[in-house]
Amino acid sequence: MSPGYDTLVVGSGPAGMAAAVSAAETGARVGLIDDNPRAGGQIWRASDKPGPQHGLASTWRSRLFSSSVTLLQGWSVFDQPDAKTLRAERQGLTSDFSYENLVLATGARERFLPFPGWTLPNVMGVGAMQAMVKGGLPVKGKRTVLAGSGPLLLAIAASLKAAGARVLCVCEQAGVSQLLPFAASLAMTPGKILEGLLYKASTCTIPYHAGSWIVEAVGDTQLRSVTLSIRGKKRQVDCDYLACAFHLVPNIELPAMLGCAIDNGTVAFDDFQKTSQPNIYCAGEPTGIGGVELSLVEGQIAGLAAAGQDAQARRLFAARTKLRRFSGRLAQAFALRPELKSLPRQDTILCRCEDVPFGAVSEHSSWRSAKLHTRCGMGPCQGRICGAATEFLLGWNADSTRPPVFPALVSSLMKSAHGDRASRYDTTTVT
Amino acid sequence: MPDSIQMFVDGAPITVSSACTVASAIAIAGRNCRTSVSGEPRGPLCGMGICFECRAMVNGKQHTRTCLILCEPAMEVVTT
Repeated sequence: MSPGYDTLVVGSGPAGMAAAVSAAETGARVGLIDDNPRAGGQIWRASDKPGPQHGLASTWRSRLFSSSVTLLQGWSVFDQPDAKTLRAERQGLTSDFSYENLVLATGARERFLPFPGWTLPNVMGVGAMQAMVKGGLPVKGKRTVLAGSGPLLLAIAASLKAAGARVLCVCEQAGVSQLLPFAASLAMTPGKILEGLLYKASTCTIPYHAGSWIVEAVGDTQLRSVTLSIRGKKRQVDCDYLACAFHLVPNIELPAMLGCAIDNGTVAFDDFQKTSQPNIYCAGEPTGIGGVELSLVEGQIAGLAAAGQDAQARRLFAARTKLRRFSGRLAQAFALRPELKSLPRQDTILCRCEDVPFGAVSEHSSWRSAKLHTRCGMGPCQGRICGAATEFLLGWNADSTRPPVFPALVSSLMKSAHGDRASRYDTTTVT
Repeated sequence: MPDSIQMFVDGAPITVSSACTVASAIAIAGRNCRTSVSGEPRGPLCGMGICFECRAMVNGKQHTRTCLILCEPAMEVVTT
């Protein structure tokens, strides 16, 4: 059992870093726990190559590293054994972390939509593609197609091109009529417009097709080609990689397990980012997808409020309102078109853990019924991938979250069952 | 590559950067991570430890999510 923290923050992305730093700078004893090996979250994934980093990222990173925050990297939280205590696992070790106040900054994951061939190796999310490249995968000269929706597509296209990939095209499913009013409204948010221009500058030589989407991926043991629908016309393109992006889904599993009220797929919160549970705050994407700037502001408010600095937190309310308005416009501009619901065929795999085809799942009337009868969502991802897909395809919602909120070793679960306080388990003996 | 290390993917030695994730090393070795329950080859999908598609055996530990860990000298990775 670790010593107790005044404030424990779960998630070391922008929201979690901001919360931890803000609380620590008031003198509180703060722990920052995350299942990744390094702080920064998915968006500020530390690159091994030295070079100019995103300005905001390096500012917050240096504030974090010069603060008194205890970094607890590589720990996956999976249970709450007692009130104000979280249990986490790390490479065969299990430990409990107790707190007075908790800030949940669990971030978001990508939404994946099934289409024929989406299970082929080298078809992946844009985030995975970028992570693989930052994690050492050489893509020089590799023919790459990006398809899906949102500004992330362009951002990743630019970074892949910078890494030497041959980016063949970017297919944005939103039509021009949807995108233009949004582009015009960008003038109201100066910080964002600069960001947009930077992306545009670096991607201007990449063909960008609005009103276009992926129809099928083809290959044997790996991706060989894709069929795209480009403004109503089918086109086949040979390629090595397909990176997809169909927006983000808030990670609300841990907040839900802790009893925080969920409203329309996001964690409900008040002006001070406080959830429905006493002493539990929430910041960033779990409260609604809003991007880095909003996450930073929400994180600061949550961290300050958790440390009892309400007056300081209040000063950030106006900035939050403005950024939230922007994220609303973004969601509208890139709303997923209904045609994408007919991409999976009856035999297209929907649940990749258990290999359950879409046809078997769509016969059912609810997520629960589909799970019970087809094993859809019963594999190790616990429905995080196929559940988010059925939300869009079939209008379903996951209806319960129980511990373990993340797959854990049998030895860790035994500890949960018996209240064993021994902290080390040899995973090789687990069968 | 000053920080290059040697490791093994399915028995074959490969040299990668010490900042390389195991998932990327498997791709560099030209292998797929795992075989699905119905026999399909699979590789990484989410790159952030959520989808479990990048599972492989690392130093004898089964079901290791290879996108979350970095390569180490003499590491033995077996795709499944």
